[in-house]
Amino acid sequence: MPYKYLDDIAIADVAFEAWGTTLEELFTAAAEATMNLMVADLATIASREKRKIELEDESLDLLLFNLLQELIFYKDAERLLLRMEKVQLKQIDGVFRLEAEACGEEIDPSKHQLGVDVKAITLHRFQVKKTPEGWQADVIVDV
Amino acid sequence: MTVPAAIRKISDTVWEIPTSYKEGMRVPARIYATEELLNGMDEGVFDQITNVATLPGLVKAAYCMPDAHWGYGFPIGGVAPIDARTGVISPGGIGFDVNCGMRLVLTNLTYDEVKPYLRQLVDRLFERVPAGVGGTGFVKISQDEFRHMVEQGSRWCIKHGYGWQEDLERTEEEGCISGADAAKISNKSVERGYKQIGTLGSGNHYLEIQVARPENVFDRELANGFGITIPNQVVIMFHCGSRGFGHQVATDYLQAFLKVMESKYHIKILDRELACAPFQSREGQDYFAAMKCAINLSFANRQVILHRIREAFSDVFRRSAEDLGMHMVYDVAHNTAKLERYEIDGQIRELLVHRKGATRAFGPGMEGVPEAYQALGQPVIIGGSMETGSYLLAGVKTGIETFFSTAHGSGRTMSRTKAKKQYHGKTLQEEMARRGIYVRTVSYSGLAEEAGGAYKNVDQVIEATERAGISRRVVRFVPIGNVKG
Repeated sequence: MPYKYLDDIAIADVAFEAWGTTLEELFTAAAEATMNLMVADLATIASREKRKIELEDESLDLLLFNLLQELIFYKDAERLLLRMEKVQLKQIDGVFRLEAEACGEEIDPSKHQLGVDVKAITLHRFQVKKTPEGWQADVIVDV
Repeated sequence: MTVPAAIRKISDTVWEIPTSYKEGMRVPARIYATEELLNGMDEGVFDQITNVATLPGLVKAAYCMPDAHWGYGFPIGGVAPIDARTGVISPGGIGFDVNCGMRLVLTNLTYDEVKPYLRQLVDRLFERVPAGVGGTGFVKISQDEFRHMVEQGSRWCIKHGYGWQEDLERTEEEGCISGADAAKISNKSVERGYKQIGTLGSGNHYLEIQVARPENVFDRELANGFGITIPNQVVIMFHCGSRGFGHQVATDYLQAFLKVMESKYHIKILDRELACAPFQSREGQDYFAAMKCAINLSFANRQVILHRIREAFSDVFRRSAEDLGMHMVYDVAHNTAKLERYEIDGQIRELLVHRKGATRAFGPGMEGVPEAYQALGQPVIIGGSMETGSYLLAGVKTGIETFFSTAHGSGRTMSRTKAKKQYHGKTLQEEMARRGIYVRTVSYSGLAEEAGGAYKNVDQVIEATERAGISRRVVRFVPIGNVKG
């Protein structure tokens, strides 16, 4: 698991760190960490539905923020649990562009062991940073 | 020891961090707590409340209630009175779950009368009031109708048969805050929320059946005034908010404010989660009107849930809800920013009081307190942990010191991640059943996160609010049945 939930930060909410050797891996890991709060076993989510996600932002961290928000949006608006597939990131003229496919299925409590509902991604201590091994994101989620 | 060395003792229950503590602080930070509660607070509280103290337009101080703990942006239990003419509005000072709040409902039943039906009642409530991830409500309306609903709040519900006229009088703002404008909300927020009306959500949200034991009535006169009149009377308390709709409204404007805050308004903040805009700016006013829609939706959500609770009790006892005396005591929020008028240095000023995990607690005789409670003070509903107990308090005149704000719960002391390692949901459920508390949940890991041991001692928190003169204890309730998100 390229992510870890932290014990002693933001005690009413949930804090996690996610990692990737590339930005694409990092974004995928952060998405998994967010979904894993709501579903205990991500492997129980079958790939029945596909949603195309296209986002852009001048800042890399806000791009990740927007991606995670998209997943929360689909969870409420369409009751979809989604996992990232095919993440592509480009930087064109100072703007970061993300193109991705997210796949999953509708929430089914008899099949998915549900955890806590994610309300929002917060910007408290939120960051995407370069590390010697690649990339790391620090995220605090409002639950 | 995480308490800053710079902290100064003002009294046994009031502590102050001076402006010299951190660059940019415009006012001191004041913490309302006993020494024991203060020492138990995590480092995030002190860092966050002193960040809040840098916001433009703050009046007197940034305040922390006795249940304060580490949040995001604001600490939970944070209060910021901000000048409406010169100051800012900040979504982080309200929270993503706009108008998250508590509702307390009476019955004329005693514990002995309810006990034989407890499992049946909780099972029925669990069925009728959806909780947890992905819960959808029974109210099926179009997106257009939803936009009407968010402008009308609980009034929409009463008009459509979900409640009694008297419920409005017993809801903060009479269940509909004026100035909500659906033109200021995004399609995304509507899409997220319109199927979730009548759902609890998860986390610390719950619906509880509780008992007012005679030894837990602290003020007989106030208790009678609020309708707690029978020994071992059964009441229903629930905690929830504005669901995905409110969360999206806050997220939309957090992002909008980040784009203009520095470039257009030259405001610098210490934490992006404190993103803000001048209250009198177009962006600030747009958010205020959108946030009011979320306030109204939250009132409507709790109103629809009340309707379902009355139906469930009525089904189980085969008596009408009227016959069971299922009147509301009150509905009060703890995540809001509202305009209130205060006298500051001899001048009446309009303040936008941000309360993040803090409850408004108006004293007797104040405008905004329901007619029936004018002599008593505003009811304040405090949700404790599901294992220990909850409280009904009353606002007091001396509450002016904290701009009539008090605690909102018992306050966490342990992270959710840690609680999950320490407690096991299923075992906890069995242990609670042995102690006479029947719990139903959609998530056992969620249940473990809410274990009583993850919270501060609610009795100490409430005692601190009374000693500090910001609210008065009326009744303590013990849980007997719980529907957990």
